Amino acid sequence: MSNQEKLLTMTGISKSFGKAVKALDNVQFELNAGEIHALLGENGAGKSTLIKVLTGVEERDKGEITLDGKTIHPRSTDEAQKVGISTVYQEVNLCPNLSVAENIYIGRAPKTKFGGMDWKKMNADASKLLSGFGLNLNVQANLDNYSVAIQQMIAIARASDIKAKVLILDEPTSSLSQAEVNKLFEVMKKLKAEGMGIIFVTHFLDQVYEVTDRITVLRNGAYVGTYNTSDLPRMELVSKMIGKDYAALNKSVLDSKAEKKGSDKGEPFVKLDNVSHQGTINNIDMDIHKGEVLGLSGLLGSGRSETARVIFGLDSVSEGELKIKGEKVNFKHPIDAIRKDIAFCPEDRKTDGIIGDLSIRDNIVLALQTKKGLFKKISKKEAQILADKYIEQLEIKTPNADQLIKNLSGGNQQKVILARWLATNPELLMLDEPTRGIDVGTKAEIQKIVIDLASEGMAVLFISSELDEEIRCCQKIIVLRDMQQAGEVSDEEISQSAVMEIMAGGDNA
Amino acid sequence: MKNKLSKWSQNQAFWPIVIFLLIILINSIMTGGDFLKITMVDGHFYGRIIDIFRNGGKLMILAAGMTMVLATGGTDISVGSVMAISGAIACSIIEGNLLPSLNGSVPAAIVLAICAGIICGLWNGFLVSKIQIQPIVATMILLVAGRGIAQLITNGKIITINSDAYYFINGGYILGLPFPLYIVIFLVGTLLLFVHRTAFGLFLESIGCNPKASKFAGIKVSGYLLAIYTISGAFAAVAGLIESAGIKGADCNNAGLNIEMDAILAVAIGGTNLMGGRFNILSSVVGALIVQSITTTVYALGVPAAYIRVLKALLIIVICLSQSDRFKQALAKAFASRKRREAAV
Ligand SMILES: Nc1ncnc2c1ncn2[C@@H]1O[C@H](COP(=O)(O)OP(=O)(O)OP(=O)(O)O)[C@@H](O)[C@H]1O
Ligand SMILES: [Mg+2]
Repeated sequence: MSNQEKLLTMTGISKSFGKAVKALDNVQFELNAGEIHALLGENGAGKSTLIKVLTGVEERDKGEITLDGKTIHPRSTDEAQKVGISTVYQEVNLCPNLSVAENIYIGRAPKTKFGGMDWKKMNADASKLLSGFGLNLNVQANLDNYSVAIQQMIAIARASDIKAKVLILDEPTSSLSQAEVNKLFEVMKKLKAEGMGIIFVTHFLDQVYEVTDRITVLRNGAYVGTYNTSDLPRMELVSKMIGKDYAALNKSVLDSKAEKKGSDKGEPFVKLDNVSHQGTINNIDMDIHKGEVLGLSGLLGSGRSETARVIFGLDSVSEGELKIKGEKVNFKHPIDAIRKDIAFCPEDRKTDGIIGDLSIRDNIVLALQTKKGLFKKISKKEAQILADKYIEQLEIKTPNADQLIKNLSGGNQQKVILARWLATNPELLMLDEPTRGIDVGTKAEIQKIVIDLASEGMAVLFISSELDEEIRCCQKIIVLRDMQQAGEVSDEEISQSAVMEIMAGGDNA
Repeated sequence: MKNKLSKWSQNQAFWPIVIFLLIILINSIMTGGDFLKITMVDGHFYGRIIDIFRNGGKLMILAAGMTMVLATGGTDISVGSVMAISGAIACSIIEGNLLPSLNGSVPAAIVLAICAGIICGLWNGFLVSKIQIQPIVATMILLVAGRGIAQLITNGKIITINSDAYYFINGGYILGLPFPLYIVIFLVGTLLLFVHRTAFGLFLESIGCNPKASKFAGIKVSGYLLAIYTISGAFAAVAGLIESAGIKGADCNNAGLNIEMDAILAVAIGGTNLMGGRFNILSSVVGALIVQSITTTVYALGVPAAYIRVLKALLIIVICLSQSDRFKQALAKAFASRKRREAAV
């Protein structure tokens, strides 16, 4: 490749947090103009840290960064933007109580002749920009009226609209639907054609092969290598990323599934008898048996998470009956469900899951503690033992359980929340997008854990937007559409096409 | 030994204690040791240090309650007014104007005054947790209305009472030490036991960091908020009793005036994040001692009282700087580059 098109180079980048965490060790990275470059690695490999160092969110310990041949050293996102680097971080950081349009144009709003804000133009521009992403929103509404997925799209729209040389997208697709992903890729390809360099972080390897030109792999904070996407077979890529035998791991998931005993066909652990909640679900009728992995499938807003919310006492049952072990219940608060041995790992990790300023240990024991009650305090020693057990079992990447959870990488935070619920030793485990943001290796491990738990007699409700994952784990999949049950498939009938057909409304229900 | 010391210095209460000792040291030097002098008269200890503990009693109690309110991400600016209400009720009962059937019983007066504090706290907690009004606005209602209520109780008069039993709350001595100190030890001690022996502390920190996720984990957030504001109200009522026993009457206009700011300042000095989350009650109590000792210092050194405010302002600046990451980074950088320069030489 000729030297001219080289847009961005980073060399010898190192970054430590305290003495215990060496997040980046002598890492290099290179981006050409008009290129989409994947930055890959396991959870905690250092991808987000590399990006934060590049954009001045974190101060690097060592290393050199050049953009267009000139050395740069931005000290903040703002400075990075000024030199031409626009970023969408892993955790959406827009302002929830500003309007959509304000969020898009914050800091660069169009002005009227008199120097005031040109609201009309701002709102019109915002609408136009978003419609390019297939979104027709009320741009004057506050941002927090919209789902995480939409917020993510808004953040992407904002970043791509800034006239930048480099666009960075850190796991932008983790909460997007397929249609939204397609739109995003269209936009990325257009920007690439205009000569922009794009850094793309993801755990979806399909997407890597669909849009990227080159791949750089990090492992444990160290640089592994840079490859042309078309020259690197998938299996080889995976082994470079995880440094362990993926094929064996994958096989063990399938073995677990094959060996899994049938579920308990007696009385179901949970029975939903024509359950509705005003405005979110209508007449849901389903049973979850012990020893069964039941999948819930459907598009965003079809009522998947909403069904789990009702079972967990977050939303009330407005019609119908909810029965646990044959006994009618009326949960008023999650604690009522937790006391009945139900656990719910929610979809939105940042707002509903992590308690950012508390340690990993506190985060893990929290639900067990509420289950035991205020007065039966779990001693620090017991808590430490529990935390260590799950850090080891789920391979949570951290020097110790005292670290604040907010300092973990996204995927590792997810594992801590999973550990929190496993620690309560539930009879029903409800998982809403449990592998979002989790790397391929760990994903397989979590799938295996889920199947094994069910084999040992736990009931599992598994919600995932990734169909192939549901198909791998579940013995039965119920498909929801427009807040209602549209159909179900089980055992041998389960296949991608069967589920998709029901989802799309191919009247076979 | 060295290990123990370094472990101690990690404790949140470490620096506040050091600062407090430093203030005492400076005072002792400036006054040629007079400051440290403790004399014994009639079996009671007297001295500046004793004064700090006695006069700081109210603030220590308020700071303990305020710490928990701030830990949940809230605030309670009504404590000064609740003090006025509590003093007004107690004194009116003892004087016989209110509920004359009680015959001016001091124990009944104390119990009813504390009940009033609990009701005020429940009201604040109700507004914050059920109606979901922002804490500063919710507690502002009582801040403003509380003194009016107190005046209604006393008919707008300053009451003076004559009751040795009541005076004892502030002026009494047990084993040579002032009585307010025992109240502090009892209240703060009970609170500390509760926070550390149960999961209360963990739940509060969790609520302060992320109330939504706390609910998902099974914590009854609104119940805890209600409890916290109620404790703060009850503690304020006790502080109000100490204050009114000290002036031997009830002065609705001046009782506990602006003391909410001192209480918040004490918590901030103690290093608890005012945005909620991690907290340390003991550290706030030491913070209260620091605030009190500044006042005592100013009097001891014969400096005009107006300087108290200036000193407090300086203190706030120092706290802000010590909590600012930017400042710490800049300091660390300046330090590192000096070291490097020294190394180069
Ligand atoms: N502020 C911090 N303090 C301490 N450790 C940190 C901090 N930020 C990151 N780390 C650690 O640095 C390592 C790299 O984290 P990073 O977020 O870069 O991983 P990642 O590759 O983006 O992972 P993921 O795929 O899960 O998002 C992790 O072990 C993380 O715990
Ligand atoms: Mg990351």
